[in-house]
Amino acid sequence: MADKTINGKAPKLVVLQLTGANDYLNTVVPYTNPLYYDNRPNMRIPAEQVQPIDDTLGFNPNMQAVKRLYDEGKVAIIHSIGYPNPNYSHFRSMDIWYTCEPEKVSSEGWLGKVVRDLDPKGDNVLTAVNFGRGLPRALSLSGVPVASVAQLDTYGVLTSLSGATRSMAMETFLRMYSGTEGGDEVLRYMGQTGLDAQKGADILRSAADTYVSTVKYPEGNPIAASLRGVAQTKFADLGTRLFYTAHGSFDTHASQMPMHAKLWKEVDGAIDAFFQDLREHNASEDTIMLIWTEFGRRVKENGSGTDHGAGGVAFVIGEHVKGGQYGAFPSLRNEDLTQQREGMFGNLRYSYDFRGLYSTIVDRWLGLDGSAIVGGKFEQLAFV
Amino acid sequence: MALTDLQLMAHLFRRAGFGAPRDELEAAMARGYEATVETLLHPETAPEVEEDLLQRYYIDAKESFQLDGAQVGWVYRMVTTQRPLEEKMTLFWHGLFATGFNKCDDPRVITKQINMFRRHGLGSFRELLVELSRDPAMIYWLDNNQSRGDAPNENYGRELLELFSMGIGNYSEDDVKASARAFTGWTLAPTLPRQPYGRFDWEFEYRPELHDDSVKTFLGETGPWNGEDIVNLIVKQPSAARFIARHLYNFFVADEPQVPAWATVPPRDPEAINVLVDAYMTSGYDMRSVMRTLFMSDFFRSEQAYFAKVKNPTELVIGTVRLTKDFGFLRQGLRELSLECRYMGQDLLNPPSVEGWHTGKEWIDTGCLVERINFAAQQVADVRKPGVRLIVDRLQVAGPLAPERFVDMTLDLAGPVRVRPSTRQALIDHVTPGGELRFDDSAAGAAGQRVSELLQLIVATREYQLN
Repeated sequence: MADKTINGKAPKLVVLQLTGANDYLNTVVPYTNPLYYDNRPNMRIPAEQVQPIDDTLGFNPNMQAVKRLYDEGKVAIIHSIGYPNPNYSHFRSMDIWYTCEPEKVSSEGWLGKVVRDLDPKGDNVLTAVNFGRGLPRALSLSGVPVASVAQLDTYGVLTSLSGATRSMAMETFLRMYSGTEGGDEVLRYMGQTGLDAQKGADILRSAADTYVSTVKYPEGNPIAASLRGVAQTKFADLGTRLFYTAHGSFDTHASQMPMHAKLWKEVDGAIDAFFQDLREHNASEDTIMLIWTEFGRRVKENGSGTDHGAGGVAFVIGEHVKGGQYGAFPSLRNEDLTQQREGMFGNLRYSYDFRGLYSTIVDRWLGLDGSAIVGGKFEQLAFV
Repeated sequence: MALTDLQLMAHLFRRAGFGAPRDELEAAMARGYEATVETLLHPETAPEVEEDLLQRYYIDAKESFQLDGAQVGWVYRMVTTQRPLEEKMTLFWHGLFATGFNKCDDPRVITKQINMFRRHGLGSFRELLVELSRDPAMIYWLDNNQSRGDAPNENYGRELLELFSMGIGNYSEDDVKASARAFTGWTLAPTLPRQPYGRFDWEFEYRPELHDDSVKTFLGETGPWNGEDIVNLIVKQPSAARFIARHLYNFFVADEPQVPAWATVPPRDPEAINVLVDAYMTSGYDMRSVMRTLFMSDFFRSEQAYFAKVKNPTELVIGTVRLTKDFGFLRQGLRELSLECRYMGQDLLNPPSVEGWHTGKEWIDTGCLVERINFAAQQVADVRKPGVRLIVDRLQVAGPLAPERFVDMTLDLAGPVRVRPSTRQALIDHVTPGGELRFDDSAAGAAGQRVSELLQLIVATREYQLN
């Protein structure tokens, strides 16, 4: 398992989560559909600002790098993505995406399982690295280490000590975190976490030191800073296969137009710099980026924003991605939207299960068994 | 094995507040457990925090448009308060009614909400929910200012039921709609938009012309319900009693699974939940009574609750600072404390979403654990801090100390912190090469350094991460 290579290099996955529910209709805009304008008298992108993809759909004007990459054939648009019986709670819907469990609450993240299958013996504590504070449930799986870093250059424990004192203290630290008597699950978990942190720390700190690039990531843009960390870690060749980061909040119940524009400008600027950086380092071939959000937003606008929706859009970007549109853009006709008896009237229907997207990536890109990880067989797509 | 009086008092202070150094614990033990609980339950009997002093050192702590100033203000209170339960309840309600700066954009409006929790946190749950529904930050956070009779916005109406009072599975989508309609007209004044006019001192305003006064059916009862009726119908539900009881248990007693699992995973101690539910119902939703029941209960004062929680970042940061008695004389440096809470995953006044923070074990991942260890070690390293000095002085009086006794006494004075045998042995082996801890004239400085180093290792243990 896990032997698949791309020109001799192990395939890598970068996951970018758009937290808070990104509005599908104002991301990939149905700019020639009168129903869009009927439902969105104010929360609309004017047709002349849309960057056309074809004669019915176009990208949000702030997605310039995404559009450029799309024109190069490097972006797959995954239409109408979702899952049965849409849940309108952010928390719950994210958990469904994190765990591939629409029915019951699970604490096992799909990417945690990917890490386990990529590195079954847990040889490399840096197989997955999360950039940000706190670990998303997607990456959590008992016994699977994931490094979680805010900043590469300040990573390690007991930095208040130095020299020989610190070396001796570190030995004691490792002993204290290795004790397993008593069987308390939380202490055991903390023990493993402490040992993993220590193992990963010294290696990761060096990644920032060795990084050289001419690419300028946008300043004051947190997602750009995170993707720069991804690039630094990737170039350091630490065996990291999975990178995770998130940006938000896309929960635009109100003030949607300025908020959504700002967020996409940030994401787009970060993606632009990141892929330039990969190309500059001749390191773009072995990497794809998955961009997802927990659900789309309501078709009909509400005041200065939109409420929680159902069907959404995801993207996969990469040198080896077969760009284009996958699946069908959803119908905006009233009778085709979700109905009251389904819990909510007026949402876009999903027609493609996100677990198919995950299993496509797991099977065809990472070379693992996708159906085991997502819990069943779902329609796969041909973008890789 | 029953907990000792000292262990019990330290446990009470960690849970009902942010821990206490040894001399404070001893003073409380002299008063007795029950009397201490009563004092905690009546914050008004202790002096208020001196806000004037804060503003002399932190000129932007009160009226700042930046999150930093507002966080400093709250951290200052938590570090210096003589009313620990008042602040702890405030933190509890902040986690439950999570309202975030990231959307509200004006820290003053969130601080107002925090002040409201401080006033009502130990009062009637019914009044608290009414105040919450009238709270400008909440109204803006969950878009109730966008909700009108002809176009109700469901955000607040839904979260009030799902996240604030009953929990998923105890109401229908129709109840959500009825709740949303009942809260139409509960809005903000002035209604000028943020752009281009900037931020305002928002006030709650009820506008009858925006309210849907038609008949609604909510939780099986039909009438022309307004928002306050919805609250009245909620608070008497057994599901609301259980929901609040479980939240209290999870925050004050022992870690439960994450909230979304509650619909399917039974409580860790169903009997304890029943006791709290009874206290809630018989007291007419009075939080002070419920908290008294909790702190006086057998389940709270037992082995099953002792160190049965992972410290949240605020507990870790404030608890460590209170142990070292830092900031007894105010100085710069509070900002670093609020940043530490953020780095460890708890950005005060700015929770990640309306669902608040995931708790328990989920506070710990490699990144956060590294932050926790480094912060706590940094704090206890400085033997000039009064709280660290106190520990050193007591060791000196008891000395000279053989390695085992050196470790045991330091663990005791730093908490007591209870560690596993293997942790204790690692600490003993660590100090053994240095021999006895002696404070002879020539060795006094070195002894202080040895205590500092041992304290750094103690706060780096897994056990110190528990509350």
